[in-house]
Amino acid sequence: MNAFYGLFIVCALALAALVGVGGGGMTGLFAVAIPYAAVAIFVVGFALKVMCWAKSPVPFRIPTTGGQQKSLDWIPYARYDNPVNSRDTVVRMILEVLTFRSLFRNTTAVLGKTPDGKPQVGYFSEKWLWLAAILFHYSFLLIVIRHMRFFTEPVPLPIQWLDWADSILQIYSPTLYQTNLLFLAGLGWLLARRLLYPQIRYISNAADYFALFLIIGIALSGIYMRYVAKVDIVSIKQFTMSLVMFSPVVPKEIAPSFFVHLFLVCVLLAYFPFSKLMHLGGVFLSPTRNLPNDSRIHHHENPWNPKIKPHSYEAYEDDFREAMVEAGLPVVKQLEEEA
Amino acid sequence: MYDGSKILAGLIVFLALVTFPFWNNFGAKEWKQPELKLPPKEVATQCIESKEYMREQHMKILDDWRDQVVREGKRIYIAKRDHKEYQMSLQNTCMKCHDDKEKFCDKCHTTASVSPYCWDCHIAPKAKGN
Repeated sequence: MNAFYGLFIVCALALAALVGVGGGGMTGLFAVAIPYAAVAIFVVGFALKVMCWAKSPVPFRIPTTGGQQKSLDWIPYARYDNPVNSRDTVVRMILEVLTFRSLFRNTTAVLGKTPDGKPQVGYFSEKWLWLAAILFHYSFLLIVIRHMRFFTEPVPLPIQWLDWADSILQIYSPTLYQTNLLFLAGLGWLLARRLLYPQIRYISNAADYFALFLIIGIALSGIYMRYVAKVDIVSIKQFTMSLVMFSPVVPKEIAPSFFVHLFLVCVLLAYFPFSKLMHLGGVFLSPTRNLPNDSRIHHHENPWNPKIKPHSYEAYEDDFREAMVEAGLPVVKQLEEEA
Repeated sequence: MYDGSKILAGLIVFLALVTFPFWNNFGAKEWKQPELKLPPKEVATQCIESKEYMREQHMKILDDWRDQVVREGKRIYIAKRDHKEYQMSLQNTCMKCHDDKEKFCDKCHTTASVSPYCWDCHIAPKAKGN
């Protein structure tokens, strides 16, 4: 049911753009007002969210022991799984961000049987999620970089190289981008696992499906424009360039299907800071990944503790000696000695 | 703020990357579509299809032509617009009029960062100055 909510909202959004631009004459709204608003919401929302996270206290070191902790010198320790200094922690973070190392450790629970026929739970390594995630994220990154050809003149060489490399198979014309296929393959599995596995279906909310369907919608509308409908790409570049030069012009040659693509991207941008997609920024602030396991090496002081001056027993006795003697409590220094 | 300087630095780098399209074009007023050098009137007055159709579909037409000619041996294209017959040929039909690759094909292909593989096999004719 949650999947249908997500699918329904994305279809409604796409239809809204199609009707709004194609028949409703609201091109100004969908081509100019909404894109600017979406970018503003994305930039400001993203910054505010990260600043809000920065204001929350850093917790005590969380030693998630993915490897041997550093102890005695003659015991080799897992340098990058259980780092004790910032250098190794940076390596752990880089591996996490670029290769999704935590996801690589993903396991799946399987109900099997022991040799004598009794049911037993077993845990197996499950790499498909990692593979789909890697395909999806890197394809998305390359696709976004590739799109910079619409915002640069002359198009920088690295972007031209990327375009060339991505269409190196020289299939069809306009040439097929490999990232388009890999992107859909990754997304397809990320969606299929939510629908196929009962355990994952049970914990999947409408928001999980919405993000997936939204990105699938963006991918399909882009693929439709490039390989099926064909759009006037130079007119679109005129539009995108005018947009980033703050003097929007909407050439008449642009087909409505482009505005469906644009509107879905705008929805993604505006939705981003408020959604689980903020893991883009959040991954850098993961306390189990970005803190070295040095709680036995450095004294950790709670940053929000009030400042309390040390008060020794001797000083305490000096403060209350008379009252203590009066109450019959034993004191180290007698009243006479003090005088 | 905790680790404020590190987080702020990261955030600034991220926002700078994200707003690349805006600051990259900062100060520019307008981007004009490349001007194509069209063949003079005495060479040709119309293309095989309408201008709009050609702008959107020319790559599809060329791809279809390649398949039709090379794989099926068909060489006659019948225009959708006026049912005129044309020879399916990049060099003998298209480039008979649009003979200057650099002033016609490359203009849009460069700005759209497209590198069609036509020229892996075909050799662009010498420009006659049409």
